[in-house]
Amino acid sequence: MAEFSFFPSTERKTAMYERIYRSLYRIRRVEERIAEVYPTDTIKSPVHLSIGQEAVSVGVCEALRPQDVVFGTYRSHALFLAKGGDLKAMIAELYGKVTGVARGKGGSMHMIDLKAGVMGTSAVVGTTVPNAVGYAYAVKYRRENRLVVSFLGDGGVDEGVFAESLNFAALKKLPIIFICENNGYAIHTHQRLRHPALNICDRAAVYGIPTERIENNETLRIHERVKSAVDAIENGGQGPYFFECMTYRWKEHVGPNEDYQLGYRSREEAEPWMRNDQVGVLGALVEESARKSIEQAVDAEIAEAFALAESDPFPAASELMADVYK
Amino acid sequence: MERIIQYTEALREAADQEMERDASVLVFGLDVDDPKAIQGTTRGLLERYGAERVFGTPLSEDAMTGAAIGMALAGLRPVHVHIRMDFLMLAMNQLVNVAAKSRYMFGGAVHVPMVVRSMIGKSWGQGAQHSQGLYSFFMHVPGLKVVAPTTPYDAKGCLIAAIRDDNPVMFVEHRILHFQKGPVPEAPYSVPPGKARVTAKGDDITLVGISYMQVECQRAHHYLAGEEIGAEVIDPIWLSPLDIDTIVDSVRRTGRLLVVDNGWSTCGASAEIIAQVMEQLQGEREVRVKRMGFAPVTCPTTPNLEDAYYPNARTIAAAAYWMVRASGASWMPEERKDLQSIEFKGPF
Ligand SMILES: Cc1ncc(C[n+]2csc(CCOP(=O)(O)OP(=O)(O)O)c2C)c(N)n1
Ligand SMILES: [Mg+2]
Repeated sequence: MAEFSFFPSTERKTAMYERIYRSLYRIRRVEERIAEVYPTDTIKSPVHLSIGQEAVSVGVCEALRPQDVVFGTYRSHALFLAKGGDLKAMIAELYGKVTGVARGKGGSMHMIDLKAGVMGTSAVVGTTVPNAVGYAYAVKYRRENRLVVSFLGDGGVDEGVFAESLNFAALKKLPIIFICENNGYAIHTHQRLRHPALNICDRAAVYGIPTERIENNETLRIHERVKSAVDAIENGGQGPYFFECMTYRWKEHVGPNEDYQLGYRSREEAEPWMRNDQVGVLGALVEESARKSIEQAVDAEIAEAFALAESDPFPAASELMADVYK
Repeated sequence: MERIIQYTEALREAADQEMERDASVLVFGLDVDDPKAIQGTTRGLLERYGAERVFGTPLSEDAMTGAAIGMALAGLRPVHVHIRMDFLMLAMNQLVNVAAKSRYMFGGAVHVPMVVRSMIGKSWGQGAQHSQGLYSFFMHVPGLKVVAPTTPYDAKGCLIAAIRDDNPVMFVEHRILHFQKGPVPEAPYSVPPGKARVTAKGDDITLVGISYMQVECQRAHHYLAGEEIGAEVIDPIWLSPLDIDTIVDSVRRTGRLLVVDNGWSTCGASAEIIAQVMEQLQGEREVRVKRMGFAPVTCPTTPNLEDAYYPNARTIAAAAYWMVRASGASWMPEERKDLQSIEFKGPF
């Protein structure tokens, strides 16, 4: 009997590992492809790559339901894809094509896919945090069975609006989960040079928000801990929750290259994170033939998305004046 | 019999009727639910619609503006209230970078139906940081609408229009206009964006008065009538979108345009209106133009300096006289008590 009930759970685990691996691999390959294409200047949009940080978006989004809504930053390729955003429309947006998520008017920093629950992302640090809070207010007001996740960087914590937003979210007990992706840096400035104490969770805790710091960029751990918060809210509990997810950006702040030569950080600092590469870690949990077929399918999908984006049309000149007002 | 009510009651009634009609309308801001209820403009709403729809907020203009945008993205129609326009400076990022931009920058995927009510203060020592008329900042930005109603009638109709509008609307009130009384129909009605109103007829000069300065321009019209100068007075009501055609049509006739703003002239609403008029009439007709607005200094508190800081009916009339009577003669009317129609009691 015990064995019998264990069996489906193993199957579920296998399916989950495959899903998570697919998501991690897909995001990594999409961004690697962006980095390859970038020097050709066909993508005329500043790209803030998530390479190295995919675990956070994938772990969190695996815990979410389709009706849940995410708000992110300019570094949101991973979030967009992990939440189910349309890959073709994303790549078309990078190319400035009318088939893009924002009809070519937003670019990499303004990804959106309402069907997938990806609300528009912002290039101004900290700005989507209160937007997510307001959205969560609407969700609560309407008694909807869904929740909102607000992604921000460790730099977003520096902004005054962070404190104001958490205060209001906690005051109104909103169905929202804050995910601080702490990659240690705001552009080239380490958290130590910006914060008197490395205590991001403490800052959230003063509002009475349950907080947790998740070390080591572990997808499965992030998934498990965020899932427990999602479940708690789903089962009639109250938000908000706050997670600080420690992670690391492998590439330069913006652009397709590495930047260890700049001197603000060392490759030695990056190496432990690279050894713990979550694409490899999760890949090892997936059976070889399944992994191969996932990779083949993803590679084909990406190739198609880039080919389409290349051939899709630019917006007509009349689009310049469209959609200023509704 | 026309019903006469005060500007503040017109605003309250507009909010009440819209909240009754549409459960997605929310009203919040500092002190909207306190005993003074924002000069009465939110009185009774909490009792009628409950604390989820009517609530005072923490002192967080930035985040609460961001939250209003988030609510609007989720399909609600928030009305965010600020007792001074000066405080909007803490919310500029969300207003300019998010509210105004979202529709365009996401290719039309979303819209942001929200109203930001804010008040311009004047007199009784309001001073540097409680008196600014900064709506030209918002006129500058595509994606925002701006309205500054003068009369109780327009206050109600514009607030209803603003709430029903699918775009962010900056709703500008003037603290002294709050004391205005006038005819206001009881049934809901809308004074939609983009239509100015000719409030007095005349053939010699066009006076455009914005917000409270509309009242001073109407008084100036009477002073000028005593000198047999016909001043046409126009209230733009909506500053963005701006009904420039009504103003151009008038100036085409009068050949003279004096724009009296309730803010500074440099890069202000008056500069914009005159530029647009000249773009249309140049080459077609000679036009004399002039701007009046706050003196280009910080607003002082002491009454005698404050008086010199603001245009008023007599200085407006004097400027208009000078523009019409090309002789260069100067003239300043004697103060007429019968033109002080607005009841105002400090302190506030
Ligand atoms: C309000 C604001 N200030 C400054 C910038 C310039 N800027 C862009 S990204 C960035 C660093 C943000 O760091 P973090 O929030 O940790 O996100 P990360 O880039 O590490 O993902 C800064 C300062 C900005 N975009 N917005
Ligand atoms: Mg960072």
